[in-house]
Amino acid sequence: MDLSSINPILLVASIMVSATPILLAAIGEMVVEKSGVLNLGVEGMMITGAVIGFVVAINTGAPLLGFAIAAVAGAVVSLSFGVLTQVFLSNQVATGLGLTLVGLGLSSLVGKPYEGMKAETLPKLDIPVLSDLPAVGQMFFSHDIMVYLSLLLVVAVWAFLKYTRAGLILRAVGESHDSAHALGYKVIRVRMMAIMFGGACAGLGGAYLSLVRVPQWTEGMTAGAGWIALAIVVFASWRAGRVLIGAYLFGGITVLQLNLQAAGMTWGVQYLSMSPYLITILVLVLISSNRAKGSHNAPASLGQTFHATR
Amino acid sequence: MIRRTLLASAAAAATLVAAPAMAQDPTEACFVYVGPIGDGGWTFQHHQGALAVKEEYGDAVNIRWQESVPEGADAERVITQMAISGCDIIFTTSFGYMDATNAVAAKFPDVKFEHATGYKREHPNVSSYNGRFYEGRAVVGHIAGKMTQTNKIGYIASFPIPEVVMGINSYFLHAQKANPDVELVVTWVYTWFDPAKEADAARAMIDQGVDVITAHTDSTAPLAEAAKEDGAVIGFGQASDMAAFGPTPRVASIIDDWSPYYIKRVGAVIDGTWEQVDSWAGMPEGEVVIGEMTDVIPEDVRAEAQGMIDAITAGEYHPFTGPINKQDGTPWLAEGQVAEDGELLSMGFYIEGITGDIPN
Repeated sequence: MDLSSINPILLVASIMVSATPILLAAIGEMVVEKSGVLNLGVEGMMITGAVIGFVVAINTGAPLLGFAIAAVAGAVVSLSFGVLTQVFLSNQVATGLGLTLVGLGLSSLVGKPYEGMKAETLPKLDIPVLSDLPAVGQMFFSHDIMVYLSLLLVVAVWAFLKYTRAGLILRAVGESHDSAHALGYKVIRVRMMAIMFGGACAGLGGAYLSLVRVPQWTEGMTAGAGWIALAIVVFASWRAGRVLIGAYLFGGITVLQLNLQAAGMTWGVQYLSMSPYLITILVLVLISSNRAKGSHNAPASLGQTFHATR
Repeated sequence: MIRRTLLASAAAAATLVAAPAMAQDPTEACFVYVGPIGDGGWTFQHHQGALAVKEEYGDAVNIRWQESVPEGADAERVITQMAISGCDIIFTTSFGYMDATNAVAAKFPDVKFEHATGYKREHPNVSSYNGRFYEGRAVVGHIAGKMTQTNKIGYIASFPIPEVVMGINSYFLHAQKANPDVELVVTWVYTWFDPAKEADAARAMIDQGVDVITAHTDSTAPLAEAAKEDGAVIGFGQASDMAAFGPTPRVASIIDDWSPYYIKRVGAVIDGTWEQVDSWAGMPEGEVVIGEMTDVIPEDVRAEAQGMIDAITAGEYHPFTGPINKQDGTPWLAEGQVAEDGELLSMGFYIEGITGDIPN
C-alpha cells in the first residue's frame, strides 16, 4: 500500500464534484419532507433532469441553459406527483415509487437518440486571487459554478427555514397540517410549491451527473443516486447543515474507498463502502429510540394525507 | 414415403391460398437482457447479435427480447413466459440467469435454451456459450504497456469472479511483456453498471498518476472521464466499440460480436439440427474483435498488436502460454505450456507482478 500516491488536494476536489448531485437532490427533498410530504420519486426526477439537461445542452451548446431547463423539467414531473397526492389524495409512497418508474422509462425514451454523444461541459471557474492560492485554491476555488450554487442553496434553505415567515409557515404545515389549515394557511399550495422546489433541485442534480460528472447520457445513469439522497435526508434528521455533511460524507466515502484501492489497499474497502448506510440506520435507531428528542426532528405530518374537510 | 410427401405438399398448397402464414411458421428467437439495450456495451452487443439474426433469416425468423430483467426470481418468470408464448429458442444473456434457465428448460423440453457465460447444462435442451475475452485483453494490454508514460496502468474491475480475474491477468501479462516496469492498479467497483461510480473510479486512478485505463464494466463513463484529460490519458472500448470516444481517449476496443454464434444457433433450430453445445469461442470464430486502432497509437505498436491478433486468430498463439508464475512466485505454467480451459474458467489467483489481493 502506498498512501503517498493519494494527493489530498485532488481528493478533496473530486469529493466536492462527486457529492454535488446528491447534495442538490437531498436539499430539495429535505424541503419537501419539511412540508410534510414524502416524495420517493427523487430518482425519477433526477434522471428526468439528467436527460433533459443533456438534450438541451446538445441542441443549444449551452450547458447552463441545460441546467435551467432540467430544473424546470424536474419541477414539471414532480407537479404530477403533487397533483396526484395533494388534489386526488393518492398514497404518497406508491405515487412516489410510480414517479421513479415513470422517470426511468420516460428518460430512456427521450434519451435514445442521444446515446454516445458528447455535450459541452461547464467550464471551471477562475476566481481572481482565490483560485491562485496554493493548495486551497485547487481544492475549493477551481470548480464549476454548480458546485458553488449547491452550497449557496444549502445556506439559502437553512436561512429560509430558520429566519423567514414563509419558512415558518412551511414548517408549520409539515408539523401539523390541520393546525396550519385552521390558522388560514393554504396547506396544499405550500406543499405544491415545496414539491416543485424539490423536483427542480433533483433535476439540477441529475443534470450535474449527465453534464459534468460523467458527462454523457446513458440509460439508467443515476443508478440509485436518488435513493442515496433520500437516505441523506434521514441521516441529516431534516437539517440543512447536516444534509451538507451527509452528502459530502456519502460522496466522500465512495471517492475515498476508490482512492484507497487505487493506492493498493484491499482490506476493509467493503466496510468503508457500506459505512454511510450503517450510519443512516444507526441515526434512524437513535431518532426512534429517543422520542422526546426525535419528535422535533422528523416533521410530525410527514407522509400523511391532508384533506381540508377532515 | 413419396406419396405422403406429395399429399403433404398438396395439403400445403391448398392451405397456401387460404392462409399463407400457415405454410411456414417463422422461428421465434427470444432474448433476455440484464441491462438496457442503450448501455452502449454488453447488452447493446447482444442486441446487435439479435438484429443480425433477423437480417440473416428475414421472414423465417421473428426476434423478441426483454430488457433489464433482474437476475433472480423475475428471470424465471420472464423465461417461462417466453417459453409459453411460443419461443423456439431462448438466449439468456447474463451469468445470473443460469439456474433460472435450467429450471425452465426442465419444463419445456421442446424449447431450446442458450445461456451465456455459465457452466450448467442440466438438460439436453440447454447449451452454454461464452467469449474468450482474455484474447482481447492480451492485445490491449500490449498497447497499454507500450503507451504508458507514467508506467501506471489501471483496471476498473466489477466483481471478483474468474471471468474478471482472467481478464486482469491477461491484460497485465502482456503489458508487462511490452514494458517490464509497468505497474497495475486494480479498483473494484462491485457493479456492472453505475456510470457515476465508474467515472469516480477512473478519476481516482487518474489522480494517482494512472494514464491508461481499461474497464470491465458496462458503461462508457470511464472513457468520458479519461476524455477530460485532453489526451494525457487513454483507454479502450469495452464490450462495444465506443467509437464516439475516438481517436483519443479510446485508442482501440474489445468488441463482443455475438452475431456469428446467434446466426449459427438459430439456423440450427430452423434446420432441426440443434444440439447441446458448450461453446467458448474467440478471435478465430470472429466473436472477439479488436476495434479500429487509432493513429494515436504509434505505427510499430499497431503492427505488433495486429501481429498478435493474427497469431491468436490463426491459433498459433495462446495468451496464457508459459512460463507464468502465480503471484506468490510459485510456478503455474512451464515454458511453452498452455493453460487449460478448466483452469481459466475457475481462475482465482493473480499472476506474478500484480500487487494487492483479490477480495473475497
